Amino acid sequence: MRRATQLLRRHTSSAAARAAVRQEIASLEKASIDGGGIDRIEAQHAKGKLTARERLDVLLDTESFREIDALASHRCDDFGLESDKAPPGDGVVAGFGTVHGRPVCVFSQDFTVFGGSLGEAHAAKIVKVMERALHCRCPIIGLSDSGGARIQEGVLSLAGYADVFQRNVDASGIVPQLSLVLGPCAGGAVYSPAMTDFLFMSRQAYMFVTGPDVVKAVTNEVVTRNDLGGADVHCSKSGVAHGAFDDDLAALKATRTLLGYLPQSYDGENPDVLPYDDPDRCDAALNTIIPDDPNQSYDMREVVKRVVDGHSLLILSEDYASNIITAFARLNGRVIGVVANDPRHLAGCLDADASTKAARFVRFCDAFQIPLVTFVDVPGFLPGVAQEHGGIIRHGAKLLFAYAEASVPKLTVITRKAYGGAYDVMSSKHLRGDANYAWPSSEIAVMGAAGAAEILHRGVSDEERVAKADAYAARFANPLLAAKRGFVDAVLEPSETRPRLIADLEVLRHKERPNLPRKHSCGPL
Amino acid sequence: MALTNLKRLLVANRGEIACRVMNSARALGLDTVAVHSEADARAKHVKYADEAVQVGSGSAATTSYLDADAVLEAARATGADCIHPGYGFLSENAAFARRCAEAGITFVGPPAAAIDAMGDKVESKRIAEAAGVSVIPGFNGVVESAEHAVAVAEDIGYPVMLKASAGGGGKGMRVARDAREVAECFALATDEAKKSFGDDRLLVEKFVAAPRHVEIQLVADAHGNVACFPERECSVQRRNQKVVEEAPSPFVHQRPELRARMQAEAAQLATAVGYTSAGTVEMLVDATTADFYFLEMNTRLQVEHPVTEAVSDQDLVALMLRVADGQALPSELVGSVPPVGWAIESRIYAEDAARGFVPSTGSLTAYANPPASIEFFHASDVRVDAAVEDGSEVGIFYDPMISKVITRGEDRAAALDAQRRALDAYVVEGLVHNVPFCRDVCSHEAFLSGDYTTAFIEEHYPGGFDEGSVLTNMAPQDLAKLACLVLGVDAASKEVRGELQPAGPQVVLLRTARADAELVFEVDGFDGAYTVRYEGEEHQIELDKAAWAAPLATPLVLNDGAVACQYVSTDARPGFDHALRVRGVRVDAAVRTPQTHALSKHMKPAAAEAAAAGLACPMPGTLLRFEAEVGATVEAGEPLAVVEAMKMQNVLRAEARVVVDELLADVGDVVAADQMLMTFVVSD
Repeated sequence: MRRATQLLRRHTSSAAARAAVRQEIASLEKASIDGGGIDRIEAQHAKGKLTARERLDVLLDTESFREIDALASHRCDDFGLESDKAPPGDGVVAGFGTVHGRPVCVFSQDFTVFGGSLGEAHAAKIVKVMERALHCRCPIIGLSDSGGARIQEGVLSLAGYADVFQRNVDASGIVPQLSLVLGPCAGGAVYSPAMTDFLFMSRQAYMFVTGPDVVKAVTNEVVTRNDLGGADVHCSKSGVAHGAFDDDLAALKATRTLLGYLPQSYDGENPDVLPYDDPDRCDAALNTIIPDDPNQSYDMREVVKRVVDGHSLLILSEDYASNIITAFARLNGRVIGVVANDPRHLAGCLDADASTKAARFVRFCDAFQIPLVTFVDVPGFLPGVAQEHGGIIRHGAKLLFAYAEASVPKLTVITRKAYGGAYDVMSSKHLRGDANYAWPSSEIAVMGAAGAAEILHRGVSDEERVAKADAYAARFANPLLAAKRGFVDAVLEPSETRPRLIADLEVLRHKERPNLPRKHSCGPL
Repeated sequence: MALTNLKRLLVANRGEIACRVMNSARALGLDTVAVHSEADARAKHVKYADEAVQVGSGSAATTSYLDADAVLEAARATGADCIHPGYGFLSENAAFARRCAEAGITFVGPPAAAIDAMGDKVESKRIAEAAGVSVIPGFNGVVESAEHAVAVAEDIGYPVMLKASAGGGGKGMRVARDAREVAECFALATDEAKKSFGDDRLLVEKFVAAPRHVEIQLVADAHGNVACFPERECSVQRRNQKVVEEAPSPFVHQRPELRARMQAEAAQLATAVGYTSAGTVEMLVDATTADFYFLEMNTRLQVEHPVTEAVSDQDLVALMLRVADGQALPSELVGSVPPVGWAIESRIYAEDAARGFVPSTGSLTAYANPPASIEFFHASDVRVDAAVEDGSEVGIFYDPMISKVITRGEDRAAALDAQRRALDAYVVEGLVHNVPFCRDVCSHEAFLSGDYTTAFIEEHYPGGFDEGSVLTNMAPQDLAKLACLVLGVDAASKEVRGELQPAGPQVVLLRTARADAELVFEVDGFDGAYTVRYEGEEHQIELDKAAWAAPLATPLVLNDGAVACQYVSTDARPGFDHALRVRGVRVDAAVRTPQTHALSKHMKPAAAEAAAAGLACPMPGTLLRFEAEVGATVEAGEPLAVVEAMKMQNVLRAEARVVVDELLADVGDVVAADQMLMTFVVSD
């Protein structure tokens, strides 16, 4: 009998206990939703920034967000972080949802909770969601808005960062990783976004390894946070970010647009769409878009826009190393990666920054099976002491290496100049280009006629040198020699570029040309 | 009947008129030869001809199209037996006509003597008066100095018009309302006349208060026959440059006897000077009295001739060629040709009507004539005479005209409706142009009433053209329909891009790209049936047949057959989804879920630009002179510098009180758009 009453007592008490637990869960979940509380949320809004959850609502398809670890909280009881101040969620909102109906894993740091600082539980949530993305083969999108390491948790924060970094590396080349820095991102924290594939910043955000006060102390330079690490700095000077946006909404919308071009994983299908733009469209304006005067620039973006599907060109890092364009686009509905020299900046020369920027883009497209289409108008590598001392040899080699290593379909169109080593680098036939074309206006030579004449005919009169230059130009300033040697597959009428590239893409759909097996290559980094 | 004498025509011009002339020449079996400057090596008119040669050197008009020796040499070299000068350039150069005759080349135009007689304002007025043509009261001679001009002005009574004796086409004309303005205008007009016509003689005449600019088109043959065509009205002008023209004139059309008298006097003048070929007698009609006065005779084909062709079904260039070939005019044309239907022409210029009509340049990133339009054909219901094609570059060397859009209908309302639809469907991207302005004029109630004068633009667009007004003045019902259309455009583009369609009501934002009008709509519904909430009112909208033929691939979006907006090939403003043109005006549109829109109120606007620290040149051109030296304090509105672009002197004024710090350019420099010409002292 005694046992029965014990059972009964346990039974009645467990019902009450369960009710209490359910009640506590409800209050914890409410606390997790409230984040740092209404005052901090209003402070966040006052700075023109959305909260972590609001950002996810905008980023993800309506009501598609499913949260995990809403109740996770830290276990630290040092320096005032006693257990009663252990907010559920620990300053980051993590989970998964869909963008354009395709699943993505996300985490969004909540600045209203401990300043979004990263602690052990905070990091563990991010790691869990990154690992889920890896197993489910879907993109990872991280939204940063954090004061950095949670000092009270000491080395646990550093461990947390490193755990995240390791997952970034694990996922690299397997699933696309996108970062949005929408608030502070300082110290070690910057290295996770830095290792992801694409990084967008809002103009309310800033990134730097060491802040203005440390800079002042060490180098005595006085600089504001924005001038040191604002969105425009990272999109034009440092090349860390691929897009700067006025506010959260624009950055989040741009991320959705970018995701429209990216596959779920390296072995997933590219998000091709049904063809919507006539594949046989010949744009006559292409026949006259290249100016007669070789020294006059033109807008390479307009050339590309006329070739690819209507309104499909999405340019990235437009203000950094703008002498080379890196962009996604579509050809007959299929996603392609576009690399193009832009003669409006530095005459379209390759320099250290342009080579690095393009090399990384080429490697990303190769990793994710995105065909590469390259438009070439390159007078050569940018001369100058700064370039040589800045390592143009090492950086130039990156682009050469990337193109040579890429095994996705590689299509190339030389619109005008293709001089010297830069000709080789820009996805030339010699780097296993699959389809290489040159427009009649193209000049494929070691160097410009004038320069060549000066070297070949030293010590002759000016008139004679001009005559020699003209002779050199007649011989080389055209695509004929290259065509005769098969270095270009055909000299293409500019207006026929679109239909021809589309036909090539179709043939190359199942291209198989793997590189030799090795642990990994040792390209110049 | 084919031509009997002429075989090979050289067109001594460029742009649309060169193509237009060659089109008719070819129809008559003539070979065509084009000439071009260096800059025009790959221009449309060069490709249009059977043969083309570069004329003169470089790209400046003076060393190419205006170089009579080079043009004659080109004719000789290509075996051309006749030359058509088009308008502008050498078309009213009597010496050139004379030299053609001497070289045995038929000048397709009037005899040199007639050009001489009508070329000089003072002389032509005297001849007109002698021929019984009504002339404007004024001083019949050249004014020698500012003082003389003031004296004459006092005698005639203000306001007066100072005019370059050799002027025409709206150049070298200045209106003065008092003695001070007469003196100021005397200097400017003299300088401009010297620059434009190499002849700085000026005359002064009464300025008519409510003037309507009506012109009589005529064609005379060498057998004494004169044909007078339906008149044109060109009162919608800016700085005396015509923008929108129509035939017939709403004012004259109601007064048959006025038309008859004007045509008779025009014919009398033509006969008096032994005129042959096409010519136009420009008259000023006083709307208060229906009196009319002779202004000038243009001894050439005019830019706006297509409206006359549309309402007479006659090819004026073909007639010019037949007359030059020695043929007589067809008998049914001799005398007065009655108008059939109505025609409107918009001149599309590369200029910014929202910024004082400043010229603009650039390459066309997208270009397409309105559907069902025909180029250069005189009897087409929708006609576009275009100097450009997709990808063309519009530079600073020549006239900034891109094209002319001509529509006709059985009455004025029908012609205007066709013109609005044509302008809505006209795709011109890559530089700023005046399609939005012309479109607005064609729906402006003062213009629709037909009751307007040459002061139309000054009166109805005093502060220039405000693109925002196009949206804000639209009826709420039309705006609601537009919002539904934008929702449809958004849905179509998302579908094509494989992007998800959010369900439920959406918020549509419309914002003019170059002005500050922003409108917000809540739209619910789909498939043509919508409920729209706009400014507290609810509209039930049925989109009858909203169609976007090929989303993202073609620009035109229709609603019930009519063009409702264009999808534009440029990027929308950051944070907006679609770049559109509505009635020619660039409008950016965003479609958001209500939740996202609610969050947008937290967003901070981009930082406002700092006050101008200097004078940026608004358009490419040549720096003529600075109007203020270093250290000078200049009040808002006062001139700072004068830049010449496309033969026009543009005075750049201070937007606020400034102190000139440093001059960054030298007089005579070719300056680019937005290039800093001077810096101001920045007071902290």
